[in-house]
Amino acid sequence: MRKIFVVLTLFTAFVLALAACGGAAPAPSGETVTVKETVVVTVEVPVAGSPAAPAVVAPAGYGVTLETVKARGNLICGVNSQVPGFGYVDADGNFAGIDVDYCRALAAAIFGDASKVEFRPVTAAERFTALQSGEIDILSRNTTWSLVRDTELGGNFVHTTFYDGQGMMVPADSGLTTLEDLEGGTICVQTGTTTELNLSDVMASLGVSYTPAVFEDADATFAAYAEGRCDAVTTDKSGLVSRRSVLPDPSAHVIMDVTMSKEPLGPMVRHGDDQWFDIAQWTVFAMFAGEEFDITSANVDDVKANATAPEVRRLLGLEGDLGLKLGLTNDFAYNIIKLVGNYEEVYNRNLGPDTPTYIPRGLNSLYTEGGLLYAPPFR
Amino acid sequence: MSNLNTVLPPVSERSNILRWMRRNLFGSWYDALLTILGALIAYWAVRGFLTWVFTVAEWEVVSTNMRLLMIGQYPLEHSDRLWVWLGFLVFLSGNSIGIWARRSRFAVVLLLIPALLALFPFGDSPRQWLILLCIAGLVGWGFGRARPDVLKRSVIAGWVISLPVIILLTHGLSESESGFMPIVRTNLWGGLLLTFLLTVVGILFSFPIGVLLALGRRSELPIIRWFSVGYIEIVRGVPLITILFMAQLMLPLFLPTGWTVDRVVRAMVGITLFSAAYLAENVRGGLQAIPRGQFEAAHALGLNGFQTMTFVILPQALRLIIPILVGQFIAVFKDTSLVAIVGLLDLVGIAKTVLAQPEFLGLQREVYAFISLIFWVLSYGMSYLSQQLEERLGVGKR
Repeated sequence: MRKIFVVLTLFTAFVLALAACGGAAPAPSGETVTVKETVVVTVEVPVAGSPAAPAVVAPAGYGVTLETVKARGNLICGVNSQVPGFGYVDADGNFAGIDVDYCRALAAAIFGDASKVEFRPVTAAERFTALQSGEIDILSRNTTWSLVRDTELGGNFVHTTFYDGQGMMVPADSGLTTLEDLEGGTICVQTGTTTELNLSDVMASLGVSYTPAVFEDADATFAAYAEGRCDAVTTDKSGLVSRRSVLPDPSAHVIMDVTMSKEPLGPMVRHGDDQWFDIAQWTVFAMFAGEEFDITSANVDDVKANATAPEVRRLLGLEGDLGLKLGLTNDFAYNIIKLVGNYEEVYNRNLGPDTPTYIPRGLNSLYTEGGLLYAPPFR
Repeated sequence: MSNLNTVLPPVSERSNILRWMRRNLFGSWYDALLTILGALIAYWAVRGFLTWVFTVAEWEVVSTNMRLLMIGQYPLEHSDRLWVWLGFLVFLSGNSIGIWARRSRFAVVLLLIPALLALFPFGDSPRQWLILLCIAGLVGWGFGRARPDVLKRSVIAGWVISLPVIILLTHGLSESESGFMPIVRTNLWGGLLLTFLLTVVGILFSFPIGVLLALGRRSELPIIRWFSVGYIEIVRGVPLITILFMAQLMLPLFLPTGWTVDRVVRAMVGITLFSAAYLAENVRGGLQAIPRGQFEAAHALGLNGFQTMTFVILPQALRLIIPILVGQFIAVFKDTSLVAIVGLLDLVGIAKTVLAQPEFLGLQREVYAFISLIFWVLSYGMSYLSQQLEERLGVGKR
């Protein structure tokens, strides 16, 4: 009997220990704070030279990421591999999508070679841990910027590269145009997502009553909508667009002109290396500026040869040393535009009118055209 | 009772499909009714599927992405290396069949599979390789048939070195892009190739670990026994997906900066350790089925404990549990698809990626049907091979 008791005690202890570890893995909040601390300290070791000097925590990581990336010879970029238009693998085995092109732009800025990037598909569950642990240098995987993510997850969001928002799709012949029209109707929504919570928030504040039809995954949600089991279906607008294109008759469905949430999607870098943050940030701005000054991958050499406007000359590295201040070369923006393209080119390549995943520019236009894309001055 | 000595010939009836049908399907009026009803139900069930397969389904998504599904992003210019080791495996299989299998019909069917595949529209280079594979298999078979005794040892040696050869050829040798066999990093391994490697490594490494754990659990030394019991019960109490998540997410946080363990290797280790715990219990079941008399007889012959295990007990125990082992191996093969959830592009992972290609949106059924077919063919292949092995070893007959 005593033997059995000892075994049982040991077993219980193991299970408890395991439960403690297991609890830490999936929960992105709470536990991760300690995790963040560990990362900051370990990152700083190579710079300090000796492990006995962790006195200054934040500035010590400055410049480490760029050094590591240069020493390794390529950038490791965490991407999505399953979202049409944003991140996927084409039939030739190359990654494609707007988030993927951003990684290429960053590689072009650092190395002057857009191919020096290794794409690592990360899932939603592991993306932040992969960034914290240094598995990836940057996360470019349609991640929504929010306060909690910006603070608790040990990372910083770079400027938004795509403004998304929750939308609503209805059959065109239903005549529904506003959310109020859905009074008493059924709405298909994927369960367990922020989309579901958001829908109930918005509808509650409007005082509209509706019946949610919830499904486990996106495929089932849209299949139910296609069968006419609900009056409307909701998810992020980018998702609605790609889903509409595969419905039996895409033109028979319209996306309402309502935005029910803010979903700013952008790249994310680790806390503690402000130089790396700046590089990632100004790579986005260089793409915006390229569109603003009408510099494309096709005409960038001409522009560079004949440029007179001072800001364009500074942008392309003909004057000043903007690139050196970032720790890069002065022609970093030229390389981005030459090798990958400006924002408009990248957008049209992946989400433009000629693609099956067409999404109207909307908020993702330059500020001069009523959008939100606004690059600070290059000076 | 007068003609007891005259042996009548058995009643012979010319076998005839009509007669067979009348006897088995339309023997009586209710038989006939059941037959017609059954046929109608079968037709109704299968018709929808067949219509879909031959008219509705857009198989272009599969044919365009065949390369991705097979080898993932593995560079095409180095894919010759994969064909070479595949050829090596087919040659060894042909050889083994020639030496050990009794029925040659089976061998010919198996070896003609590459030739059949070559009829599909795969493009010229894969077709040439498939035909070469077929030749390699047939040559191996011929050699095996002709000189079984001479070749036995070399074939066994070939199987032993096959895993290192496969890994070496897949991974490559030289650092520089222009050198001999440049390295192809594991982040480019994908599709069926990755699934295959994860399965083979998982099976080959978990087997010895599982046997050791099973012996450890029956050991009389308490520390070894407790360790084995603890390991087996802990690992069996955790789902594989948790172990994979731990390996992919937690491990990097524990390792010092600059240390990384390759992600594919992490998955391989996770699958191996998981499967070892299950194997250990299977093997222990086999060990318990060996009667005490066998141990006593071995002792009486003067064999020590190690010799008793290696030469008397284990061979019998393992022979007994072949069906369970093969079930476990098939489970490992299918479980590898869980690595898709931690971001590796195995067969399932790459299928999800293919589904995100803008030109092929919404073709889930085609892609998933295709990979299900691959999973079924390979699982059934394993099962069939094990039946052959059982027949050969006489499991269940002695």
